[in-house]
Amino acid sequence: MTLSQSINSALRTVPAWTIYIVCAVWTAWLFYLALTGGLGVEPINALEREYGELGLQLLVLGLLVTPLRKWTGVNLLKFRRAIGVSAFFLVLAHFSVWAVLDVQSLERVWTEIVKRPYVTVGMASFVLMIPLALTSNNLSVRKLGSAIWRKLHKLTYPIAVLGAVHYLWLARGFQWEPIIYLAIILGLLVARMKWNRARAMA
Amino acid sequence: MAHRWTNDLTQADITPKPVYLNRRQILAGTVGLGAIGFAGGAHANTLEPNTLEEITTYNNFYEFGTGKSDPAQNAHKLVTSPWSIKVDGMVDNPGEYSLADLLDGLPVEDRIYRFRCVEAWSMVIPWNGIELADILNKVGVQSRAKYVAFETVVQPENMIGVQRRVLDFPYVEGLRLDEAMHPLTIMATGIYGEPIANQNGAPIRLVVPWKYGFKSIKSIVRITLTDQEPPTSWNKANAREYGFYSNVNPNVDHPRWSQATERRIGGGLFAPRIDTLLFNGYEKEVADLYTGQDLTVDI
Repeated sequence: MTLSQSINSALRTVPAWTIYIVCAVWTAWLFYLALTGGLGVEPINALEREYGELGLQLLVLGLLVTPLRKWTGVNLLKFRRAIGVSAFFLVLAHFSVWAVLDVQSLERVWTEIVKRPYVTVGMASFVLMIPLALTSNNLSVRKLGSAIWRKLHKLTYPIAVLGAVHYLWLARGFQWEPIIYLAIILGLLVARMKWNRARAMA
Repeated sequence: MAHRWTNDLTQADITPKPVYLNRRQILAGTVGLGAIGFAGGAHANTLEPNTLEEITTYNNFYEFGTGKSDPAQNAHKLVTSPWSIKVDGMVDNPGEYSLADLLDGLPVEDRIYRFRCVEAWSMVIPWNGIELADILNKVGVQSRAKYVAFETVVQPENMIGVQRRVLDFPYVEGLRLDEAMHPLTIMATGIYGEPIANQNGAPIRLVVPWKYGFKSIKSIVRITLTDQEPPTSWNKANAREYGFYSNVNPNVDHPRWSQATERRIGGGLFAPRIDTLLFNGYEKEVADLYTGQDLTVDI
């Protein structure tokens, strides 16, 4: 048995909802740390960043499912919905901490969204995630039909790009982390376009 | 000479060491009533300094990494002894001064200042330091000089952020001569009566309380008097976002975020935002320096 086959057979015993449990517990744990000093003396910004980065990481993980299967044979397909929906909840948590604990007023939240491009971009990413989260169920797949549903869920790519741009835009000075996220996401996008072209030509 | 300027805040407002070390416990109500009475002695209109823990664990010192806790983790590598400062340019007594020689005979004062970061957070810090004017008078500023330039030490093998080239190091800063000579401007060597921690800019740093924190350059190894406006690091990195003056101004936003409010460090997860004050609350003392200047242009 190859390595990927043994990984796959091990994964078969793990139910998909494990992702939700892990993400929920992790989110709650970070909140607890923020509340009790575990994230340092300025927990608001720290928690905001933790949730935001975790959301972005889950988005990238979701985008990796197909390439991972093609390149290594490791199959995470049954986890993809849970990964995507968890990414949405993390970004929702990120937005909530920002709006409620950081900015602290509805008027200022609106001003920031309209006036600050990096907030606008992040907000656009979040808003685009809403229809995807709402249609991440079997009923929606059936109602929309597989073709439309798949087209809709290609929004994941612009969502991830906007998320990484949002991160890059708020950094001060030259920082590697957001650049690396953006490079990975763009790389995955290019790989996906190449496959599609190859399939269209075949 | 010194004592040109006196704090509104007095010695009595400096939180005694046992109290600042234990403020968290006080907040939690686990320390005796006597201590609470002591700490509570500060009036509503005075400032309660942040704890030493807060001051030493939440820092921007990009030479040691861009995370807020990176300097506290990495700055122990900074070699601060021996330390010398090169004084050059338009001065009567240029040279390479040992720290002790440069400060010899100059009075150290306690200054409790608000400290406002350009990232919209703030602290209150009880500095110990020497007025920059005293140092400049000692080295003899020539009449042609109009600006003072400062430079931070570079120890690449000890500074992870220098290796990553987050900014164009060495970090450089500058002040107009009248700003530098202002009695509020100090060179800090201590906090809470202890030698200043490496992550706070040991062994000597600038403190200009009415400007955004990045102007208060750390771990200084060179002071140059010049007649040209000197280059400054953040201005070089992004001139649209960081001007030479960088006075705290709630009416002029950073292009990417509002400067109208700030968050005082130490309030926990539900800390309220507070209004930012023009010149960080030192308008009475420093507004005269900028008479005739449009502060929305000279950012």
